[in-house]
Amino acid sequence: MKPLLALFKRDISLFFRSGGGAGQAIGFYLVVVILFPFGVGPELNLLARISIGVLWVVLLLAILLSAERIFADDLEDGSLTLLLTAGPLPEMVILVKLLAHWVSIALPLLVITPLLGLLLNLPAGGLWPLVLCMFIGSLGLCALATIGASILVSIRRANQIISLLILPLYIPTLIFGVSATTDLTFQLDQPYTALLILTAISLISLIIAPFAAAQALKANA
Amino acid sequence: MFGLANPTKFMRFSGILLPYLIITTLGLFGWGLYMVFTAPEDYLQGPLSRILYVHAPSAYLAQAAYVFMALANFTGYIWRHPLADMAAKNAAPIGATFALLTIITGMLWGKPAWGTWWVWDARLTSVFILFIMYLGYIAIWQVIEDQVKAARVATIVAAVGLINIPIIKFSVEWWNTLHQPASLTTSGSAIHPSMLTALLIMFAAFTFLFTSLLFISIRTEINRRRARAMEMRILQQNIAQTNLSTRAAINNQEPD
Repeated sequence: MKPLLALFKRDISLFFRSGGGAGQAIGFYLVVVILFPFGVGPELNLLARISIGVLWVVLLLAILLSAERIFADDLEDGSLTLLLTAGPLPEMVILVKLLAHWVSIALPLLVITPLLGLLLNLPAGGLWPLVLCMFIGSLGLCALATIGASILVSIRRANQIISLLILPLYIPTLIFGVSATTDLTFQLDQPYTALLILTAISLISLIIAPFAAAQALKANA
Repeated sequence: MFGLANPTKFMRFSGILLPYLIITTLGLFGWGLYMVFTAPEDYLQGPLSRILYVHAPSAYLAQAAYVFMALANFTGYIWRHPLADMAAKNAAPIGATFALLTIITGMLWGKPAWGTWWVWDARLTSVFILFIMYLGYIAIWQVIEDQVKAARVATIVAAVGLINIPIIKFSVEWWNTLHQPASLTTSGSAIHPSMLTALLIMFAAFTFLFTSLLFISIRTEINRRRARAMEMRILQQNIAQTNLSTRAAINNQEPD
């Protein structure tokens, strides 16, 4: 347990100390969210209608585009081989790296979602459902991104291919994430159905990802 | 089946089988198309309904090819069966083509029947996603140069895709549904027998077409690998000879 905890801390501090840290992730969200009103027009009703979807898509893109970072640096300086052969199960190591990536990329978005919600005229009462659903959904998204990163670990500039590879797998989370948020915000009948399915998808992804990624890293070694 | 793991045996076996496969495919297509054009038209859609005979078999093959591809990958992964890997690799572009054909025929049908080329309906969307999954899978084979490594990685891609296909299908259906439900089920058929016969022949013709294309494509790959191996051998011999003659020339020049 102790080495895993140390790895968790190491990964997070490496992320925040290199290249702008949390500001990088938050900057990305701000840019995309600010671009949307210019693209679709400043009408507040329209923005309120698309806000939940836009914030979900931004979260998804941020995780997708940063996926490469999960293993790339560690592969380059050789620590990945050490991490996978020394002590803890490779699956556990991958799970920890996945969670560290989630803390670095998804958590900052959850923190500034209130501000972004204001900018996009998020419907009243939509904030807590949104943060809750994103919290659950982003874990699954990070898990799937880890699979993509492990498959393409030895390829340079793999980002476009990761997108192609992982995009189809993201669609269920996006569909149920948005519908869970909408159902909870507007208190439709049976507001928890979509949330439960979203949780199920995230849990399945979290279970599959470490094993698939371990196999992929082994095949790539 | 495992005897065929040997490429030489496979080449001999498939060389004998291939002409028969092609003849069967052509025969089935001839018979099927004849049936298609003599089958009654839909009273609402008229001749338009004949797109069905290309659209439905392509849709079936686009999905079946993915399952075949994944199974071939598993066979290659578990038993280290190099021909199974090659079968998986070569099934992907064929499957992708059928997925694209499904989308194109669907669009051609959708414009007059629904009044629009494209709607984000559940089935259209899931075939589109299937097409993207094929592209991702093909990309893996393209970017990883070592074919043995690529096969192992591709298996993981196919496996993760196979687990996700039902989830994606279910979620897309939850999301939006406009397409008619499946007409052919195990409990019976909603299609009139006169049209059903033609449709079933077309299904068989497409299946044989897939098998023939796969065989041709695997044979081409084996030949390409052999040609490359020969080129490498010739190249190495040339280099060895050049080295020898250079060394001889240097030795001759040396004053003693």
